[in-house]
Amino acid sequence: MNVFTALLRPGRARTLAAFGLAAAVLLLAPMVLSPFRLDLLAKFLCLAMVAVGIGLAWGRGGLLTLGQGVYFGLGAYLMAMHLKLADAGPGGVPDFMLLYGTGQVPGWWEPLRSPVSAIVLILLVPAGLAALLGWAVFTRRVRGAYFAILSQALAAAFAILLIGQQQTTGGTNGLNGFRAFFGYDLADPLNKQMLYLIAAGALLVMVAVVRQLSVSRFGELLVAVRDQEDRVRFLGYDPAAVKVVAYAVAAVMAAVGGALFVPIAGIVSPADVGVVPSIGFLIGVAIGGRATLLGPVLGSIAVSWAQTSISEQFPSGWIYFQGALFILVIAFLPGGLASFAGKLRRRRAAAAPGDAGASGDAARDHELVPERSPA
Amino acid sequence: MSDMFSTQEQPQTEIDLAAAEALLGTDADRFRHDYLEVRGLRVEFDGFVAVRDVDLTVTQGDLRFLVGPNGAGKTTLIDAVTGLVRATGSVSFGRTELLGRSTHRIARAGVGRTFQTASVFEELTVLQNLDIAAGARRRPLTLLRRRQDTPEAVERALETVGLTALRDVPAGVLAHGQKQWLEIGMLLVQDAHLLLLDEPVAGMTQAEREETGALLRRIGSQRVVVVVEHDMEFLRSFADSVTVMHQGRVLAEGTVNEVQNDPAVVEVYLGAPAAESGAAPAKPATTEGDLP
Ligand SMILES: Nc1ncnc2c1ncn2[C@@H]1O[C@H](COP(=O)(O)OP(=O)(O)OP(=O)(O)O)[C@@H](O)[C@H]1O
Ligand SMILES: [Mg+2]
Repeated sequence: MNVFTALLRPGRARTLAAFGLAAAVLLLAPMVLSPFRLDLLAKFLCLAMVAVGIGLAWGRGGLLTLGQGVYFGLGAYLMAMHLKLADAGPGGVPDFMLLYGTGQVPGWWEPLRSPVSAIVLILLVPAGLAALLGWAVFTRRVRGAYFAILSQALAAAFAILLIGQQQTTGGTNGLNGFRAFFGYDLADPLNKQMLYLIAAGALLVMVAVVRQLSVSRFGELLVAVRDQEDRVRFLGYDPAAVKVVAYAVAAVMAAVGGALFVPIAGIVSPADVGVVPSIGFLIGVAIGGRATLLGPVLGSIAVSWAQTSISEQFPSGWIYFQGALFILVIAFLPGGLASFAGKLRRRRAAAAPGDAGASGDAARDHELVPERSPA
Repeated sequence: MSDMFSTQEQPQTEIDLAAAEALLGTDADRFRHDYLEVRGLRVEFDGFVAVRDVDLTVTQGDLRFLVGPNGAGKTTLIDAVTGLVRATGSVSFGRTELLGRSTHRIARAGVGRTFQTASVFEELTVLQNLDIAAGARRRPLTLLRRRQDTPEAVERALETVGLTALRDVPAGVLAHGQKQWLEIGMLLVQDAHLLLLDEPVAGMTQAEREETGALLRRIGSQRVVVVVEHDMEFLRSFADSVTVMHQGRVLAEGTVNEVQNDPAVVEVYLGAPAAESGAAPAKPATTEGDLP
């Protein structure tokens, strides 16, 4: 099978087209949006990165990750700490520590001074925590609601911990007032545009990674673990290992989202990492369609956008709206809006004579699952 | 939905023993004589003893049937051997002690099982089901790639269980009997050397039973196979030997004839003294047990 025919296979062609379209839209946005709107979109893209990871862990792997705020927060705070230290200059002390703290940089901040080690830590700390936690939880066969509650409790604990550490993490105020991002002045609109492009690129890469994982043997195994964990075990696999990989990948994606969110939003505080934002991440994924490739991204961006516009008009209305939306989707469209599109397509296919194949049927709301192998 | 597909649109499926031959023949140690040895097995659930003092030896080439009334402990015995429930005593296979190992390690030691209710990955295709079953020994990094072509063993297994034409169909839409065949196919590609099958022909048509029985006999000649089954006609046609369990213990063991004429077995199954056994049996004491 040559590359050309591979590209023309229906599943792949559609995905590539969608991917190309998304890339084009993202690249064109800076030309049509005002700097303010572009900044907003960049923020949404960062939140969508968390959603992409949740799509993998929850949509394909069935892990109800209700505490992704922790990993988003870890990435965000690690980045914020680095930016603070960089702003303070070599050997300098971040401004808020002079105000509220001892005026000395705590030892555990020091590794974040160097840009390289900051980036490495942003990737490794969340991955390590997720792997450790995942291993402890999954080998004890904690699943379903128990896992969800546990991850949520972790998010709550993380937020409380941050609030309590006024001198070293900025407490409720969080960390803010960053002046530069790896040497680039954050007040310069051109640099803001660059940040947007970095976020867009990172998001596209993540979508591509999830797509590759989904069509790979690992993706098939992940679905198998989701649906019949014991059966997988009796085939000689350790389902815990499979879940840990999915969970850790989701954690890293959330962390990168958090890390890029910080220079774009200019602030990170405990309000961005606790229980409420953790649930918020999930809602976008549920609405978009957790088991599809682009559903989580589009759902997450749509929810962020709705949140911004609704909060602009009714400052306290959003939380009710969000709750109602969540209930509606779970009750009437458990596959998310993406499944709605799938239903329409099937209806059209059914209308066309001689086209309703048996094979498409169980694939139903999980478009990516039975990717046909090359015959 | 599933039944509709199977009877109308799907081609007739059939077991292919020649393909099974090729599959079983790929085994390098084909003349190794494995055996399952269970000694003093005991399983307790919160004070209730579901299996006690069970000794059992099954060798390669001896298609063993495990029978007994509902609740006799047959499934629990399989659960204990495969690490699903905690047990005391000893279970060894090919000089490997299995008790105390985790389930997936036991599976890697060459032990495979099926479940009382067919459990395949319904959203994955037949091919994907078999490919996963074949892959536990793959290196982690190869898992990150898409499957390029069908592994040889998977191809043979598809032929063996007659599902070649249905390879790209989600397993969820298969007919009941086809699912059970798929499970047997998965055991074959998994390269299990000890196969524990929990009611593999339940719900199958007579023709399907015959084919399954022939396949199991074929497998049994080169693997250690234990079949839990309630259907006595099936047992009479295909069993080499029979172990009868009752209330967690082994009640009798021997050839079909020996066991059928064992007074203790007759009493358990008929709830009456052995005197009645010669004539046509009265209604069985258990819902499914229909021995002599
Ligand atoms: N997890 C469990 N907890 C408590 N009791 C159990 C458990 N599993 C099985 N049992 C009990 O152990 C006994 C043996 O059950 P088992 O399923 O092994 O019987 P079986 O011989 O397979 O019966 P059947 O022919 O109905 O499948 C039953 O009394 C059952 O209620
Ligand atoms: Mg049973």
